[in-house]
Amino acid sequence: MTFKEKARILDAEGIKRAVTRISHEILEKNKGTEDLVIIGIRNRGEHLGHRVADFIEKIIGKKVPFGILDITLYRDDLTEVAEQPILKETRIDFDITGKKIVLVDDVLFTGRTIRCAMDQLIDFGRPTVIQLAVLVDRGHRELPIRADYVGKNVPTALNEVIEVKLKEYDGVDEVVICEKSGGKEQGLPQRG
Amino acid sequence: MTAKKAVTWTKKDLLGLEYLTKEEIELILDNARSFKEVLARPLRKVPTLRGKTIVNLFYEPSTRTRTSFELAAKRLSADVINMVKESSSIQKGETLIDTARNLEALKIDIIVVRHNCSGAAMMLSRAVNISVVNAGDGWHEHPTQGLLDIFTLREKLGSIKGLNVGIIGDIAHSRVARSNIWGLTKLGANVTVCAPKKLIPAGIEKLGVKVTNDVDEVIKKADAINVLRMQFERDESRAFPSKIEYFKTFGITEERLKKAKKGIIVMHPGPINRGVEMSAEVADGANSVILEQVTNGIAVRMAVLYLVSTAKRQKK
Repeated sequence: MTFKEKARILDAEGIKRAVTRISHEILEKNKGTEDLVIIGIRNRGEHLGHRVADFIEKIIGKKVPFGILDITLYRDDLTEVAEQPILKETRIDFDITGKKIVLVDDVLFTGRTIRCAMDQLIDFGRPTVIQLAVLVDRGHRELPIRADYVGKNVPTALNEVIEVKLKEYDGVDEVVICEKSGGKEQGLPQRG
Repeated sequence: MTAKKAVTWTKKDLLGLEYLTKEEIELILDNARSFKEVLARPLRKVPTLRGKTIVNLFYEPSTRTRTSFELAAKRLSADVINMVKESSSIQKGETLIDTARNLEALKIDIIVVRHNCSGAAMMLSRAVNISVVNAGDGWHEHPTQGLLDIFTLREKLGSIKGLNVGIIGDIAHSRVARSNIWGLTKLGANVTVCAPKKLIPAGIEKLGVKVTNDVDEVIKKADAINVLRMQFERDESRAFPSKIEYFKTFGITEERLKKAKKGIIVMHPGPINRGVEMSAEVADGANSVILEQVTNGIAVRMAVLYLVSTAKRQKK
């Protein structure tokens, strides 16, 4: 299976603007940072979440607690996925009970990752509210889940893949849309 | 930055460290680190193996290993059945393979087996399609013990490569020694085994270890020592006349540790004979990581159960 790049949806500037706007929207909606915590979903949601937390700190001069979630152990498709996911550490060093959580991920697709993340968070405690921020919403939900903050809505076909690249992880900041061609359908490499 | 090249686990079983590559051993250890974090959560349970059933099939007495496997399975939300020799058809003369085939017919997913015959786990794994995890077979291997020892060392000292590790005690009858030797040498440690002459099996140096019977010499150079239980109940050769004498010649004492590197790690797979392999002061002392080994054992076994359950099996 090969991927052909079709179009670039966001460049470094575009990602920066989206993160900036989302950070402001989070502050507006939650009326400040009281009880606010940011939790990024591995792998790229971790780095986006970090950027949001850093940006909020820059605006209001106060640190917002930041955590990282690895959802592997809560997946509903562990025995079916084409590739064995690599398990990494979850790092949430604070009690989430009574907190307003903003979950951050790169792409919102089927909604299954977010389902895993919410199940896992609820095993950690009882937050007041869980909100969702994503860089790209590509549609095709399989669960009743929506995002509160969206960087960019991108209508896609199912044979397309959204590739988010971040400096911290991939060395470059950009979002591209690719088309799958050839090879056998092996189940989508991208969840969301 | 980008993670190192992903290694995929493809084996349905864990039979011994002899049969694993360095990368596969590291994969288990890396996963175990993540599972250790699960054990530190307020709710120490994840839904990963929900709906899977694991049988602990134990033909030899064991509290520590069986409990550890049971806890590991329960923390992963699997269902667990314990079968011990005294209370099953094993008593009625059923063969090991028949027992395993029956478990497979009962739609069990993983058999964790402890047996007094070397090779029992491998024989089982060939007889059934479900996963088999070796929890100790005769004098052959005890892979999860070897893995948890190495996990503990890695956690304490960073990397295994280049470490000087001494394994002291009854090497001849010890599956723990063999799993440690295979694992440690594959990860690049320098291993020295130390025991009374009669308790060193012939040809052991072919596994890439140094052999000595001078315990002070081992302690002087070692970054870590793994002290094995003297299995007087198995030692028909009477390699040592008495426990007191063994303690005097090979026992680890504070006096002996004075000549060691500062921060030497002292391990023991348990159960300890205090005053035989080591003094109570050493067992409870600052260098001892014995209880941490026990905690790490759950994380390592969770990693093993997780990997064999989600293995990408190669089609036959």
